[in-house]
Amino acid sequence: MSTDDTAPKPGLSRRKLLGAAGLGALAAGAAGAGAGYAAADTSPPPVQPDPDALPIPFDGVHQAGIVTPSQDRLYFVALDLTTDDRDSLIALLKQWTAASRQMTQGNDVGKLGAVGGSPYAPPEDTGEALGLPPSGLTITIGFGRGMFVDGDGTSRFGLDGQLPDLLADLPSFPGDRLDAALSGGDLAIQACANDPQVAVHAVRNLVRIAFGRASVRYSQMGFGRTSSTSSAQVTARNLFGFKDGTANIKVEEKKDVEDHVWVHEEDGPDWLVGGSYLVTRKIDMRIEIWDRESLEGQEAIIGRAKGSGGPLSGGDEFATLDFEATTDEGEPAIGEVAHVRLAHPDFNNGAKLLRRGYNFVDGSNGLGQLSAGLFFIAYQRDPVKQFVQIQNSLAGSTKDLLNEYIVHVGSALFACPPGVTADGYWGDRLFV
Amino acid sequence: MKSPLATLGVLTIAALSLAACASDPSSDGAAASGALTVAATDSTCDVSATKLEAGPSTFKVTNKGSKVTEFYVYADGDRIMGEVENVGPGLSRDLVVDLPKGTYEGACKPGMIGDGIRQTLDVSGEAAKPLSDSEELTAAADSYARYVKSQSDALIDKTTEFVDAVKAGNVDEAKALFPVARTYWERIEPVAEKFGDLDPITDGREPDAIAEGVDFTGWHRIEKQLWVENNTEGMDVYADQLLDNVKQIVMLGQDTPLTALELAQGSKGLLDEVATGKITGEEDEFSHTDLWDFKANIEGSQGAIAALRPVLEAADPELVKQLDTQFAAVDAELNQHQDKTTGDWTFYDQLSKDQVKALSDAVAALSEPISQVAAVVAKSA
Repeated sequence: MSTDDTAPKPGLSRRKLLGAAGLGALAAGAAGAGAGYAAADTSPPPVQPDPDALPIPFDGVHQAGIVTPSQDRLYFVALDLTTDDRDSLIALLKQWTAASRQMTQGNDVGKLGAVGGSPYAPPEDTGEALGLPPSGLTITIGFGRGMFVDGDGTSRFGLDGQLPDLLADLPSFPGDRLDAALSGGDLAIQACANDPQVAVHAVRNLVRIAFGRASVRYSQMGFGRTSSTSSAQVTARNLFGFKDGTANIKVEEKKDVEDHVWVHEEDGPDWLVGGSYLVTRKIDMRIEIWDRESLEGQEAIIGRAKGSGGPLSGGDEFATLDFEATTDEGEPAIGEVAHVRLAHPDFNNGAKLLRRGYNFVDGSNGLGQLSAGLFFIAYQRDPVKQFVQIQNSLAGSTKDLLNEYIVHVGSALFACPPGVTADGYWGDRLFV
Repeated sequence: MKSPLATLGVLTIAALSLAACASDPSSDGAAASGALTVAATDSTCDVSATKLEAGPSTFKVTNKGSKVTEFYVYADGDRIMGEVENVGPGLSRDLVVDLPKGTYEGACKPGMIGDGIRQTLDVSGEAAKPLSDSEELTAAADSYARYVKSQSDALIDKTTEFVDAVKAGNVDEAKALFPVARTYWERIEPVAEKFGDLDPITDGREPDAIAEGVDFTGWHRIEKQLWVENNTEGMDVYADQLLDNVKQIVMLGQDTPLTALELAQGSKGLLDEVATGKITGEEDEFSHTDLWDFKANIEGSQGAIAALRPVLEAADPELVKQLDTQFAAVDAELNQHQDKTTGDWTFYDQLSKDQVKALSDAVAALSEPISQVAAVVAKSA
């Protein structure tokens, strides 16, 4: 199964190319490139690297970018396959795997990279990450239903027999205002990094590799991870100003990860074992309306204190939620339709999600309002028992009070294959 | 109106010089073998012989149909070995073309559209002499120069007709001729773009003219008057200037033909034009005839690649395969939007968003292998 495309390559390190020398030259500024490079030979070794700059291993049992501690930035893209040819699809997945392996380790794409090729040819790598560290880049891929079956139930790629039963369209939820142009997709790429330029570089190069085989359907940039996926991380805030993801599944909670994130052998299909289902929802926030809500009102809607993140039933951020607790007036401390109550595993047959969402601001809407919100990302073992269960509890005008301030405009479900071995490629078990 | 005879004279000279450069310079191209006849009608294309001897052949093309026609001799990959354009009903024109051993296709194109009515031509005898790398590049540049020449003649003819219609105040005729005349312009745009001063005043767009603080002139000035005002008032001066500039660009282009590398870059430039101007409907914002230009840019790019084909075949046959596949994919996508009877294209503002996206995807898929061509050519130099 090993091919030239997927075999590990040492690659050109973009840091070695410029490295400390390049940075020295930049610092020297007006000295000019030639002088900068010459002077750099004697410059001191680089300082201790920032932990956020380090590479995340690419190969493994599971894909990176799921239980990896959430990086600060997201660039997500969904693509439609434009080819009908099975071999082209396989070649694309091999080339994506090879390029992603290179980029996540801080190397240029290709054999010759950004500046090593013919002066008359477009460079293999687009170059905007030259000199930047790996920055914790992870690239995670997902397959949409459209890769397995077409609208009429046939399969362009002969993959209909491999379609997981659970990879069905998500049901409509009350209040959804889904835009088809912001929903679905045959393929998904989630690129996360601590430097937005590194994430953009990754997606841009993968999209470029795909021309003629897959075309971008929509993409989303995100910032300020709204969920912590490790106990070592501080809980970040969403654009409503609340800590988000306090009760999220954390990588350290091995049993939760095992039970709620990865597809097991008994779940099937075989090719997906060790993988996970990815649900994305683009959620617009009516933030100007929210901002006019009183502090007390905001806290009652969420069910947590805005400052500490502690539940309204008392205690600090990580205190257990007490849904029986009442106020002095005898009302439930955490309201009957507060967000944290409706979303809690206790009211959802124990369902939990590994959330990995990001805030977004897509400029403004021409009416003096920000086009802002949450790009919700959740990984799970079973989308019906998990996301759909929880969303059914939340959606609707009589349920989650938050619905007055949010609207779901995009939606997608992808099956993310397991990780790859050093000589494998994403989805290789689909094509044996 | 330009006399057909004048054009004929130019064509014959071009054909002779072609013969001279591609074979033994001492042989007399025009007289070396007997004349073949091509009887073209609106639905047939009869060549008097399909088995030919290597060397120069003369095709006497007679148009017995009702539509203006063209006759091409193509090598593999639709590389043009020679062509006569714009043969009016009842007229005859001669094409002299020097063909080494090989298989070719003769094609009549009634109405000057489509792939044409084709006939296989088998040429036996002496094979082409193998060329050195630099000779191959020179041959490619010469081949493209012939392409430019053929387009230039038709460009001047059609622009003259357009300008005459504008000056005569024939709005409908001018509107009909506008996209047709531009077809020839758009096919050879890399030539025009070499002449930085002339291109903007000929093909510039209104927002740029306003931004630069210069008079809005050229094709699009007249386009605006025709479609927005539905008249030709005040257009005489722009019409005369347009024809002068087109003629000047043609002359300059023939004086300094593109090198092989320039035409490799030009083939990419034409696709960039499509991706930035035509796919967005910006080029012909008043007439919405962008798909005429789109098709012409693709044909121009294909013309450049066809000229380079022997160089590319030798250096990177895999790239040639990719180019053929993706050119075919763009054509398949684009041709859905052409009326097969009239040859007219769908107006840009009548395309759906999904149709524009599909066209954009096809152009992007073609642009990737096209962007590799210049490096392959440079390596062969």
